[in-house]
Amino acid sequence: MAHFTKATSLHDWLNQRLAVDTLRRVLATEYWIPKNINFLWAMGMVLAITFGLLLISGIFLLMYYQPNVNLAFDSVNYTIMQEVGYGWLWRHVHGVAASVVFLIIYIHMFTGIYYGSYKQGREMIWLSGMLLFVAFSAEAFSGYMLPWGQMSYWAGMVITNLFSGGSLHADGLVEWIRGDYVPGQAFLNRFFMLHVLLIPLAILGLIGLHFGALRIPHVNNQDGEEIDFEAEAAKYKAGDKANSKVIAFVNDFMSKDMMVVGIYLIFFFYLVFYHYDFAMDPVNFDPADGLKTPAHIYPEWYFLWSYEILRPFSTNVGLIAFAFAQVIFFLLPFLDKSPNAVPASRRGLFKYWFWAMLIDMIILTAMGKVPPSGIFSTIGLYAALTFIGLWIILPFITKLEKKA
Amino acid sequence: MKNSSRRGFMGKAFGAVAGVGAVASLYAMKRSWDPLPSVKAAGFTTLDMSAYQDNELVTEKWRGKPIFVLKQSPDMVKKAQGNPKDMNRLIKIDNDYFMVCVGLCTHLGCIPGYRPDTQDFLCACHGGMYDFTAEVTKAPPPRGLDIPPFKIDGKKLVLGETGPEYEKMLADGTTLKV
Repeated sequence: MAHFTKATSLHDWLNQRLAVDTLRRVLATEYWIPKNINFLWAMGMVLAITFGLLLISGIFLLMYYQPNVNLAFDSVNYTIMQEVGYGWLWRHVHGVAASVVFLIIYIHMFTGIYYGSYKQGREMIWLSGMLLFVAFSAEAFSGYMLPWGQMSYWAGMVITNLFSGGSLHADGLVEWIRGDYVPGQAFLNRFFMLHVLLIPLAILGLIGLHFGALRIPHVNNQDGEEIDFEAEAAKYKAGDKANSKVIAFVNDFMSKDMMVVGIYLIFFFYLVFYHYDFAMDPVNFDPADGLKTPAHIYPEWYFLWSYEILRPFSTNVGLIAFAFAQVIFFLLPFLDKSPNAVPASRRGLFKYWFWAMLIDMIILTAMGKVPPSGIFSTIGLYAALTFIGLWIILPFITKLEKKA
Repeated sequence: MKNSSRRGFMGKAFGAVAGVGAVASLYAMKRSWDPLPSVKAAGFTTLDMSAYQDNELVTEKWRGKPIFVLKQSPDMVKKAQGNPKDMNRLIKIDNDYFMVCVGLCTHLGCIPGYRPDTQDFLCACHGGMYDFTAEVTKAPPPRGLDIPPFKIDGKKLVLGETGPEYEKMLADGTTLKV
């Protein structure tokens, strides 16, 4: 057994038992972040804060929500919105955060793609991040079922039908997932469980993995420069902070982070108080009705790009294209054959690839929102083909790239 | 040597027990997600076929799904007789012909709308179209609307039971099993 002495303070008492000083040093004051970064490097903390907001607002919603097909709609739209003191606040925070979190995730992802932060030892950061994206998508979808409005019901119907695999007719699998022939009580209950327990647990674990994956390769910087973190940290600790290329995670980097978080939260609460309606589909204010399909079914904006890849094709081809779109971002570190981990602007053809991909995904998102007819169908089809084409040419154009 | 083989045995025995336990628990978990017997048994729907009007779509309900019933007018029957695929889909009760099908688009399960003037179905979700016997006429739906299991009982139709007319439809590929 370790040797314990009479504690001189509460801090010392804790330190002897939990090594709080060592913990603080390893996790915060001697965790090194490059200086050469910009506000886009704060998106991770913005995401962590947004996840915190979702968790806290979710806890309060959970106290009044009823996962029952007859009660769910009223428990949200009447009990929480009208009876519970400040219930509207939790609902609007939860709804707005669920939408905005995807905006930040996309910014975070495209920052990583632009600066090449997914290669040269940073592959696990990218892969764990993509797993988080999948988990957040499942979390968003399962949460969308809970108010049991028309859009909840029909999105649930359409998305679970995807699992029939087109011509494979795996209807048994679809019924197994739903626990019924159509979305019903069993379906609502199990998606409630997934939303409030299983997926959040997975997300917490994945966040741990994502942070852990950063420790050894460290955070990337604006020039993709390979920094000798030990040498730079030694300079910092010796007092030569001006010439060191790194700063401490706490307090240096955190204070920059919190500046961005502060600006973000002003924008966030502006949406919560004045523009929450963008995250609340009007169709979902009608209670679920299994005998009446809404005229136009579309997912929330953050799923539109992949929905648009599904839509212009016949069932089987559409499903294959959709499956392709869902997994292809995982393969980015392996399809990018260039050894250069520098910003896209210094990488030849990849520069154009990056902007083409970004614009194509914006077009897909816009086309996913409008009804699938006429010119929009055509634009959607070409944008979907462009998406697939861009991924096919990626290994070739990056192979051509010269060592920078 | 004796020691290591004993360890090897214990390792294998532990692995075997854990493996059996894992498979058994996975099976229990899978079964817990299955539809409940009460859901599966949820009834049969009996339709009185003498109550329907020509070219007027009525939506019934069977196992939580909408069921389209469309009594064919004489001109629709004449049109259908020109196309064996259409004719196979109709159910004959006495001298009347009926189209009875699950009202969920075979693409992704939306409910198509019936247009009595043009005598066809249009699915608003992705633009799929079906004719008056619910045979598909425009992609993306891969096939016509599915026909639920039925049994003819005099002037009545029992959904959920399987009669010889339904078995014939299954056999010749007119519909898939719902």
